[in-house]
Amino acid sequence: MIEIKSVSLVREGQRVLDAIDLSLPKGGITALVGPNGAGKSTLLSLAARLLPLQAGSITIDGLPVSSTPGKVLARKLAILRQDSGPPPRVSVREMVGFGRFPHSGGRMTAEDREMVAQALDRFELTDLASRSLDRLSGGQRQRVMVAMTYAQGSDYILLDEPLNNLDMYHARKLMIELRRLADETGRTIVIVLHDINHAAASADRIIAMKDGRIAADGTPEKIMRTEVLEAIYGFPVEVVDAGGMRLALQYARSGQPRDQARPS
Amino acid sequence: MPEITPTAHRRAIASAGLCLVLLVVLSLGIGVEDLSFSGADGAMPLADLLSISRLPRTLAAVLAGAGLAVAGQIMQTLTRNRFVEPSTAGTAQSAALGILIVTLFLPSADLGLKALVASGCALAGTAVFLATAHRLPPEQPYLVPLFGLVYGGVVGAAVTYVAWQNDLLQYLDIWMNGEFSGVLKGRYELLWIAVLVVAAAIFFADRLTIMALGEAQATSLGLDYRRMTQIGLVLVSVMSALSVVVVGLIPFVGLVVPNLVSRLSGDNLRGTLPQVALGGAILVTGCDILGRLIRFPYEIPVGTVMGVAGPGIFLWFILRERRDA
Ligand SMILES: Nc1ncnc2c1ncn2[C@@H]1O[C@H](COP(=O)(O)OP(=O)(O)OP(=O)(O)O)[C@@H](O)[C@H]1O
Ligand SMILES: [Mg+2]
Repeated sequence: MIEIKSVSLVREGQRVLDAIDLSLPKGGITALVGPNGAGKSTLLSLAARLLPLQAGSITIDGLPVSSTPGKVLARKLAILRQDSGPPPRVSVREMVGFGRFPHSGGRMTAEDREMVAQALDRFELTDLASRSLDRLSGGQRQRVMVAMTYAQGSDYILLDEPLNNLDMYHARKLMIELRRLADETGRTIVIVLHDINHAAASADRIIAMKDGRIAADGTPEKIMRTEVLEAIYGFPVEVVDAGGMRLALQYARSGQPRDQARPS
Repeated sequence: MPEITPTAHRRAIASAGLCLVLLVVLSLGIGVEDLSFSGADGAMPLADLLSISRLPRTLAAVLAGAGLAVAGQIMQTLTRNRFVEPSTAGTAQSAALGILIVTLFLPSADLGLKALVASGCALAGTAVFLATAHRLPPEQPYLVPLFGLVYGGVVGAAVTYVAWQNDLLQYLDIWMNGEFSGVLKGRYELLWIAVLVVAAAIFFADRLTIMALGEAQATSLGLDYRRMTQIGLVLVSVMSALSVVVVGLIPFVGLVVPNLVSRLSGDNLRGTLPQVALGGAILVTGCDILGRLIRFPYEIPVGTVMGVAGPGIFLWFILRERRDA
């Protein structure tokens, strides 16, 4: 269980997180949504001890992130950050292998290699395994980073906008794989998404953040309503029922009344 | 770039090793005195000439080259910037300041004490550089080497001023211009510590590779980033200080070699660090040989040769790669 208790954070004089209380039980997929600058990445970074806590506490299975040894935490929790920096000149296989570092310390065992092969396979990277990371497309690189995070083999996986740069096929494929991971291996997955429909389709719970606070929290059925989405995003989002699935139609469409996108 | 397999690394290491052996043999054979077995006409006997002068000189070049290239690689990992090395980050200049202080206050100090104080000063100077470099905006990677040049320049100017005030400019010249002609048996042995530096770097290779992914990524993989930074700082400072104390500053090795190896063999240091060490040894030994041959029987200091050859090789390599791309 990830337990976040009255966490606040001020950055450059600006309140970025405001007394966040959140408890994420083990298992399942939780989607974190909300406008740009809402504090989603900041919250994940705090949970993954990449930023120091200023106020409040965060524990992972009872282990406080602020005082647990880095190595112990690295086996419990893996994070994919929104921005992973310039790619090093290493092969895809090597990069995914770095995910095993908390277990192998660099000396890969047969088990580590097996896990890497499995990660490559799961995210359809086997054909790219020998390619150098700095010669891949943005989406291919993103999938490598996801595979590396997965290879870490932790119970908790935090993914900050993993669908960035992914095409329709791979975005769908990733969500399916995450669902399988959660269902078959009991991993706890927290995923930041901007595509609310992906969140509604795959997540068990959607948490919306706005201005450093939790704006809404509930099952997809509860969140996928025009008035709830409007409170989060500031414009009326039409929600339709499509084959038993709630679908938000946030798109700008030509030939439709413009008032959809801007209230009066 | 095709995948760099362990086999490719081994092949690169083997050919670099062979190249180094050839250069070492060449280096042992070059000198004003002809190698002759007779030792007639008052010439130094072969064995003595080799063991007192040529061998120490060659070993010094190999050790300093390997150590400095590895130090450059570590420096680039610590700053996450490919364009810094100890001589452009104030490390070497701080080391010179250390030697100057010892020379001023304890003129009778031996090389070991000088090296120790120089290492301490290099450590402090580099820590200041690193702390500042980490505050520079990462979107502008050229600020780090630029700041390093300015910072090194300021420390260097302070050293020159103090040396000038105390009539020590001629010593300063020795420290700031790498040269192997003065290397004799009994005057270079401290450089063997370079072997320890290289060995330690290879021992930490996996951790350094992870470190190069950035503080956040390294931390989330469970690496103690601060601790590794401290270890890296010590390795870089000790190596730079040793080199300045024993043979003087040799620029560019730490910059050119890691960049070439990265382009040829990638960034997984487990495979590439031995290549970096060998490459550094080859470059410095090669430049020393050149310096002895160009105006034979006179010598050009290795620092000067490197000042021309280093950037030259670097440019050639970058331009060649652009044409291929
Ligand atoms: N390094 C930083 N220094 C100062 N303020 C920052 C920094 N990073 C983010 N912030 C601020 O913190 C707030 C929250 O940022 P955060 O990155 O958590 O938002 P987010 O919800 O992840 O947004 P996005 O959807 O755009 O990724 C923003 O107002 C941002 O300006
Ligand atoms: Mg974000």
